[in-house]
Amino acid sequence: MAILIDENTRVIVQGISGRIGQFHTQEMIEAGTKVVGGVTPNKGGSTVLNRPIYNTVRDAVESTGAEGSLLFVPPAFAADAMMEAADAGIKTCVCVADGIPAQDMMRVKRFLRRYPKERKMRLIGPNCAGIISPNRGFMGIMPPTIYAQGRVGIVGRSGTLGYEAASQMKALGIGVSTSVGIGGDPIIGSSFRDILELFEADPETDAIMMIGEIGGPQEAEAATYVKEHMSKPVVAFIAGLSAPKGRQMGHAGAIISAFGESAQEKVEILQEVGITVAPHPSAMGETMAAVLKDQKISV
Amino acid sequence: MNIHEYQAKEIIARFGVPIPAGGLAWSPEQAAYRARELGDPPYVVKAQIHSGGRGEAGGIKICKSDDEVQRFAKSLFGKTLHTKQTGSQGKDIYRVWVEEATDITKEMYLGFVLDRKSERIMIVASREGGIEIEELAVEQPDTLIRMVIDPAVGLVDYQARELAFKLGLDGMQIGQMVTVLKACHSAYSELDATMVEINPLVITGKGNLLALDAKMSFDTNALYRRPEIAALRDASQEDPREATASNHGLAYVGLDGDIGCIINGAGLAMATMDMIKLAGGEPANFLDIGGGASPERVCQAFRTVLSDQNVKVILVNIFAGINRCDWIANGVVQAYQEIGVNIPVVVRLSGTNVIEGRHILQASDLPITTAETLAEAARSAVDAKSQL
Repeated sequence: MAILIDENTRVIVQGISGRIGQFHTQEMIEAGTKVVGGVTPNKGGSTVLNRPIYNTVRDAVESTGAEGSLLFVPPAFAADAMMEAADAGIKTCVCVADGIPAQDMMRVKRFLRRYPKERKMRLIGPNCAGIISPNRGFMGIMPPTIYAQGRVGIVGRSGTLGYEAASQMKALGIGVSTSVGIGGDPIIGSSFRDILELFEADPETDAIMMIGEIGGPQEAEAATYVKEHMSKPVVAFIAGLSAPKGRQMGHAGAIISAFGESAQEKVEILQEVGITVAPHPSAMGETMAAVLKDQKISV
Repeated sequence: MNIHEYQAKEIIARFGVPIPAGGLAWSPEQAAYRARELGDPPYVVKAQIHSGGRGEAGGIKICKSDDEVQRFAKSLFGKTLHTKQTGSQGKDIYRVWVEEATDITKEMYLGFVLDRKSERIMIVASREGGIEIEELAVEQPDTLIRMVIDPAVGLVDYQARELAFKLGLDGMQIGQMVTVLKACHSAYSELDATMVEINPLVITGKGNLLALDAKMSFDTNALYRRPEIAALRDASQEDPREATASNHGLAYVGLDGDIGCIINGAGLAMATMDMIKLAGGEPANFLDIGGGASPERVCQAFRTVLSDQNVKVILVNIFAGINRCDWIANGVVQAYQEIGVNIPVVVRLSGTNVIEGRHILQASDLPITTAETLAEAARSAVDAKSQL
């Protein structure tokens, strides 16, 4: 099933009644996503876009069998919404909100550890574009038409740079199995490593495009994982070669504060383990095309 | 968000960290008055700006009389201090802190940071203090002690004691260190800090611990629930362009180049800057207009970028998901009408409503260069710059 979402995944939207929630839910439904309901406290029993609304995530899961939840909840209430989803038995939760306090995320990550592995919710984001398996379903805010369906997985911090990669690949006839935005915050639900692990195990993914940026240790962690555990080719791009040290570049997490956190250092770390790094952001598609050709993978 | 040394000291003192007696002054006369309030000399006068390295830059002095305090303070007020951290712009001095001088036998380093690997608060400490942590990490990495705090239980006493012993403390200093560590941790977690640093944390002549300098930074995402911290913001210490931009929902960072950038998404913004550099140009700024940007916000982005006199060309690069290319195009047209843009503008639109957006730009008859791809956009901007 690609990874995380396909045409059979039952999805609810927490915060479905708001203007933004409704707009994106509509887009998701039009793209074929199986949206089975929504959650808005005190609006249980009503409907939005012909989908039933529940007061709690637990009610929604019990009534609809939902496995995925997309959050359109303001940053101040997002941590609570994530923990509610985790406790109600949601398997994959996507949070797009930007502006969640770091200590809220610290608590959420600690909370998720209460559950045994088979029952633990996978959190994607926050501060991300979401996840999409083209022509099958998506949970997020991306424009679904820029993706072609295919066999290359995308994982990246930045939403718009992920769009850039997908459209460059589409122009070269390369499609996507699933694209995952992991988010630009310092503390996020799933790391590059977590998503690479899913792609490695996915029979519908043949190669992976990984899009990193300055700041944090996650690209280096991913490099170690690729070296030790991955058989599928990985192409990478790291944004921020021109970013000055010590300055925050928009994303709360995009700041070079320690050794190994600059773009140049990350590029070197990735190249050392045999990952092909695109020389510039306009070459993500062609670099992937060259690697696929080299490995004799047709997609 | 950063605050001043004296504000950080007042906060950690409230949580139980001992600090030297001192007072804030807004004028040389007030500084002398603060000195007399403290009693016998010597005194230490410290310029209050949002930067480390103030001592080396001449912003800190030990004074032997209230007259000397007044003279030194007079030389500071209104002056721009250039430290290693402020860069060429420097920061203006409007406040000074006057405190009693301390008899120091040993200087240590203590910091609380968000460790992104463990996703928890981490204590970093060293027997060696008084120099910047970055230098310490390079020059004496073996002296650094790191300890991670479990958010479920917070900092527990045994951990604090362990750290105190590792720092080579003994006797009553152990109990004092436990107090200092727990106070800093409480300040960090209860006020949504992103950094608490005491450098140096000293042992006085009498063998007591004392925080001689303090620095705190806060999570801007949490300021909505920390109004008392938000009130400590000092706009005089921020780049005015960055401050104005953030008030309009734009993330802006000024740089040294001449190609102004207006982009959506932090990653794409960095990538576009990289692409400009690769094409032989220099970006003048980082600017992320964020999601769902209205024409007004786009127009404000032009104002912000154009407020930098070095900007010779503007590059707009939008890959719309949650944004709409038609709104962006309307914003570009609005900028021409309202601000009177008279430098070359290159626009690349892609994603949601791109056809409508391109139509609006075409119909406007404005002298805008359009580009289909990121590479083409960067090249066009650099070409436009070299043709000036």
